[in-house]
Amino acid sequence: MARTIVITSGKGGVGKTTTSAAIAMGLAQRGNRTAVIDFDVGLRNLDLVMGCERRVVYDFVNVITGEATLNQALIRDKRCDDLYILPASQTRDKEALTQEGVGKVLDEMGKTFDYIVCDSPAGIEHGATMAMYFADDAIVVTNPEVSSVRDSDRMLGILASKSRRAENAEDPIREYLLLTRYSPERVERGEMLGVDDVQEILSLDLLGVIPESPDVLDASNKGAPIILNEQSDAGQAYTDVISRYLGDDVPHRFLDARKKGLFGRLFGG
Amino acid sequence: MSDAASETASSDPFELKASAITVPVMKLFDPDMDRITDLMTTKIEQAPDFFHNAPIVIDLSALKSGDATVDFALLVGLIRGMGMIPVGVQGGNELQNEAAEMLELAILSNSAGRPRPRPKARAAAAPGAAPEEHSLLVTRPVRSGQRLYARGGDLVVTAAVSSGAELFADGNIHVYGALRGRALAGVKGDTSARIFCRKLNAELVSIAGRYKVSDSISREHWGDAVQVYLIENRLVVEPI
Repeated sequence: MARTIVITSGKGGVGKTTTSAAIAMGLAQRGNRTAVIDFDVGLRNLDLVMGCERRVVYDFVNVITGEATLNQALIRDKRCDDLYILPASQTRDKEALTQEGVGKVLDEMGKTFDYIVCDSPAGIEHGATMAMYFADDAIVVTNPEVSSVRDSDRMLGILASKSRRAENAEDPIREYLLLTRYSPERVERGEMLGVDDVQEILSLDLLGVIPESPDVLDASNKGAPIILNEQSDAGQAYTDVISRYLGDDVPHRFLDARKKGLFGRLFGG
Repeated sequence: MSDAASETASSDPFELKASAITVPVMKLFDPDMDRITDLMTTKIEQAPDFFHNAPIVIDLSALKSGDATVDFALLVGLIRGMGMIPVGVQGGNELQNEAAEMLELAILSNSAGRPRPRPKARAAAAPGAAPEEHSLLVTRPVRSGQRLYARGGDLVVTAAVSSGAELFADGNIHVYGALRGRALAGVKGDTSARIFCRKLNAELVSIAGRYKVSDSISREHWGDAVQVYLIENRLVVEPI
């Protein structure tokens, strides 16, 4: 039985799709059969970030409406045999994602996959609620600034009341906090909320902190999930996130402003 | 059938029949609570007997839909706190009707005959929130956008209450975490209700309709463990 993970945030532009791609790739790299689904009908991006945009034939909505089978629509990743992508429809209306239809597809996928990663659209509208309804775990992606934190909080409230687990009075969805675009220098200067501030406001388990990095944009442009870049701080931080999610106790890194080396101190002012 | 006949012939313990009763209607033009409070105080001073225990209907139809929303719980608390009995609401939108239903007001159909939107059955406010009419204990954080109502009793939250969350109780409200949202105790007019919290960062605190927004809470007690209560219609914030 697959575990369904929703990557959500409420606010747009915080790094949901980057995170979905990285986490799906990270889980698959460790030998878990993993699928990642783009729920952003009409604004699909995951295929670009995963670098499979030129191989899209059928999409999620086609599978729901029965125009294609799941196997026809799933795109196998070229770098990792255990990773599959189910792209969103770019032309259909998001109402095409019916609760019944999504449930059926997830049930079918649950038979063959270990993890299903759902990349939620921004907002709290239909697409976002569909992405989270069937979730077992939720990774709430948050930037260290007040509006993102508030939106995440709102999303946590919805997760607690409008999911299948909540409606069936099962164990609640396991919720994790993932701070992205974190800049320790700006936190030190008081321009950004610190990890502790965010954690205090959201009272949530911290799954990881991803430092702000130019490598992330670079990775999206290349269509290679950031976790594949082992040289990058952000890539390493996502690798730690996978370990923590799978139950390893890994210390948090990249929380402090980098100490300037001798050269930096001599010439950096 | 004559009245006498129905009284004697029928063995039923009661009969139902439609009857028209004149009830004062409070037609709102401006949702500004401060102005409403001022005007009501003046009106009641002019004719205290007329208003004492008088039923009153709140009419929202004159409010423009784009207007700032009426703070329903505050308004109802205020009316009840002033000794009147709000019985129903008319001309409200779906959201207002939902709030009205939560506060046990009847939703009266509009005189204009606009179809009255049926408020949806109230969904469970949060996991662990039992629907019985007693105290309500909540052990998970109350998130932005969530509303909890302890009908007929106290509301106890053992975690934090986020900004954008709303707590209502007929009785007291206890928050054993930071209170960053809104807390309205004594919403049915119980002026002896109190609010207790470990850390006061509230957007609004209210008891029986008297309220303070965060701007008007003394900075002196900001972030402290406090209790909030009423003395002679004045809201007092005091460290505990």
